[in-house]
Amino acid sequence: MTTLPEVLPSVDMQASIGGVPVVSPVLTASGCSSFGRELDPFFDLTAIGAVVTKSVQLRPRSGRATPRMAETPSGMINSIGLQGPGIDGLLADELPWLAERGVRSFVSIAGARTEDFAELAARLRGAPGVLGIEVNISCPNVESRGEVFACNPDASAAVVAAVREAADPAHPVYAKLTPDVTDIVSVARACADAGANGLSMINTLLGLVIDPDTMRPVLGGVTGGLSGPAIRPVALRCVWQVHAALPNVPILGMGGIRTGLDALQFVLAGAGAVSVGTAVFNDPSAPARIHDELAEALGERGFGRLADAVGYAHRAPDEGPPGRHA
Amino acid sequence: MSEDEEGGTRVVQLPSGERLLPPVPGTARAPLGQPAPPAAHPPVQGVAVVVGSRPVSAYTELTIEAPDIAETAAPGQFVAFAVGGPTSSMLLRRSIAIAGVGEGRFSVVVSARAEGSTWLATRRPGDEVDVVGPLGRPFPLPPEGTPALLVGGGYGAAALVGLGGLLRARGHEVAAVVGAGDQARLCSVDDLAAVAAPFVVTTDDGSTGRAGRVTEPVAELVSGAGVVYACGPMPMLAAVAGLATDRGVPSWVAVEESMACGVGVCMTCVLPVVGADGRSRFARSCTEGPVFAGDRVRFADVGTLPPDLVGADAMQLAHAVPEEGETP
Repeated sequence: MTTLPEVLPSVDMQASIGGVPVVSPVLTASGCSSFGRELDPFFDLTAIGAVVTKSVQLRPRSGRATPRMAETPSGMINSIGLQGPGIDGLLADELPWLAERGVRSFVSIAGARTEDFAELAARLRGAPGVLGIEVNISCPNVESRGEVFACNPDASAAVVAAVREAADPAHPVYAKLTPDVTDIVSVARACADAGANGLSMINTLLGLVIDPDTMRPVLGGVTGGLSGPAIRPVALRCVWQVHAALPNVPILGMGGIRTGLDALQFVLAGAGAVSVGTAVFNDPSAPARIHDELAEALGERGFGRLADAVGYAHRAPDEGPPGRHA
Repeated sequence: MSEDEEGGTRVVQLPSGERLLPPVPGTARAPLGQPAPPAAHPPVQGVAVVVGSRPVSAYTELTIEAPDIAETAAPGQFVAFAVGGPTSSMLLRRSIAIAGVGEGRFSVVVSARAEGSTWLATRRPGDEVDVVGPLGRPFPLPPEGTPALLVGGGYGAAALVGLGGLLRARGHEVAAVVGAGDQARLCSVDDLAAVAAPFVVTTDDGSTGRAGRVTEPVAELVSGAGVVYACGPMPMLAAVAGLATDRGVPSWVAVEESMACGVGVCMTCVLPVVGADGRSRFARSCTEGPVFAGDRVRFADVGTLPPDLVGADAMQLAHAVPEEGETP
C-alpha cells in the first residue's frame, strides 16, 4: 500500500448509465449478487451505482443440476442455468425490497426468443427503483450453446430493437456482449445501431474443467462460463476495441475487476462505469471497497472527475501528462 | 461412504409422471418438518487473528478471535474464509461449520484436502484470516425435555459439539453416534462423549469402535429419540434422515454442499428441497440451509434436475435464433 497524502482532493465520482446519473461508477454484476439483499449486511447498497440483478426470464427457472461451479486459476467456471423466480417473482418480491431502501436496480433480462425480451422490458415499465435494463443476450449457460444471440450481430440487433421499443423510454437499455466472437466491434455496432443506449462488456467466456479423478467434466452442465481476474485482459481488450470504434457509446465494463486499480484500467479503456462480479464471492463488500479505491486512484493521478478519465488511455502519444482536469 | 439402502428416495413417482412425497402408499401422511428459521443475527465480515491451532486426528482445529462472530453464532452455523491472502488466485471462500464458541473466540475443524484448505490448515497463531460469519440457519432446538440423538460423520461431527453442549445445558437427554471411514478420520469424539450417553463410535474398517456404518446404531437408538440431528457426508445424512422419518422422528440435517461464496449470491450450493408450500425447489445450502428438515431434502435427487422442481419445465426451452441468412 502506498501512503496517502494528508489530504487528497475529492474526486467527483458521479457517473452515468445511458444518461441517467448515478452516485458511483461501481455496480454489482448480473449473476454475482443475486437480487442484492444478501449483500445488505456487508455494505451500503445505496452508495453504489446500482445492483445489477440476476438475469430474469418470463417464467421461474430451476437452474441446472449440480455441480454448478469449479474453481480455476484466478477465477471460476459456473453453470447455474439462470436459476430465478421469473419476472412475476422479481416484480413482487425483489424490486420492491430494493426500492423501499432506495437501492437502484439495473435489471438484467434474458429469454429464449426476441419476443420474450420485449415482453420482459414491457413488464418493467413503471417498476419502482429501476434504473435501466441490461439485455443478457450472451449467457453461455443456455440450452443451445451455439445459438447465443450475441454471437450474431443481426440476432443481437433484433433483440435490442425490440427491447428498446417495448421498454420504458426512461430506462436506458444496455446490451451485454460475449467475448466469444471473432469481431466484438461488429456486434457492438449492430446493438448501438439498433438503439442500445450502452453496452455491458463482457459476459463470461465458455470454459471447461475435467476432474482428473473421475475423468469426466466437473460441471453438471459440462461447459460453463469462466469469470474472475483470469479473464480481465480479455475484457479490457473488448472495452478498448469497442470504445475506439464507437467512442460515443457508453460502456459498462466488467470482467475480473477485483481492486480499484483494476476498475481504473476499465475506465481508462473507455468504460464510464464498471460492474464487480466474481470478486464479490471472495469479498462480499468488494463493490464499496472498489469505489473507494478507484476514487483514491483517480485523485492520486490528478483527476478531479471520474468522467475525465473515461477513455483516457486512448489519448494521442504526444498528449501531455494528466493535469488537474477542471 | 456409499449410498445406503435406508437413504433411498422418499419421493414417489406416479405413472402420470407426477411425484409425491411421503408417505409410502398405505401409511398416514405425516406433516413434514418445518423449514429451519433464519438466524437472529446478520453475518459480519472482517479480518481475525488465529489464536490457536492443534491437530485433531486427521484434521486441524483452528481457534479464531472474533467476538462479533463468536457472540452471535448458534450451533449449526458456519463461517466462510478467504484463502491464500489478498492476491490469492483462489477466489472462492471455504465454508466450514463452527465447532465451538467461547470467550470471544470460535473454533473450526479444517480437513486439508486441496490447496485452499491446506493453506487454511497451516495458519498459525498470530496469522490473520478474512472471515465472514456467522452464516446459515442454526439447528432449531426441540421442545423442553425432548431426548435428542446426534449423528456425526467424519469432520461433520464437529458441527454437533456446540449443539450437544447446549442441549445438555437445557436439560435434554443426549445420545450420539459418531462414525468415519477409519479411526484417523473420526472427529470430536471426546467432546461429544462428554455430553452424550449412550455414545457410540463406528468405523467402516473397524479400526476402532463398532465396525460398520453409523446407520446400525442409529437404527437402534432412533426410537428412543424425540429428535435427530445429523451432520456429515450426503449419503450418511440420507440414511439417517430416512431412518428417523420411517420411525416418525423429526430430524435436522446440516448438509455439506460445495459453496463458492457462502453468503447466498452465487447459487452454486443448491439441492432439491421441499418448501413450506409443498413444492420442491433448488434451495441454497448457505442461506436456506445448511440445516434442513431431514424429510424435506430430496437426497436421492441431489445432483440431478428432478422434472417436478419449480421452474424445471423452463429449462427445456431452446433458443430460437435465426439461421444465417434467415430474416429474424
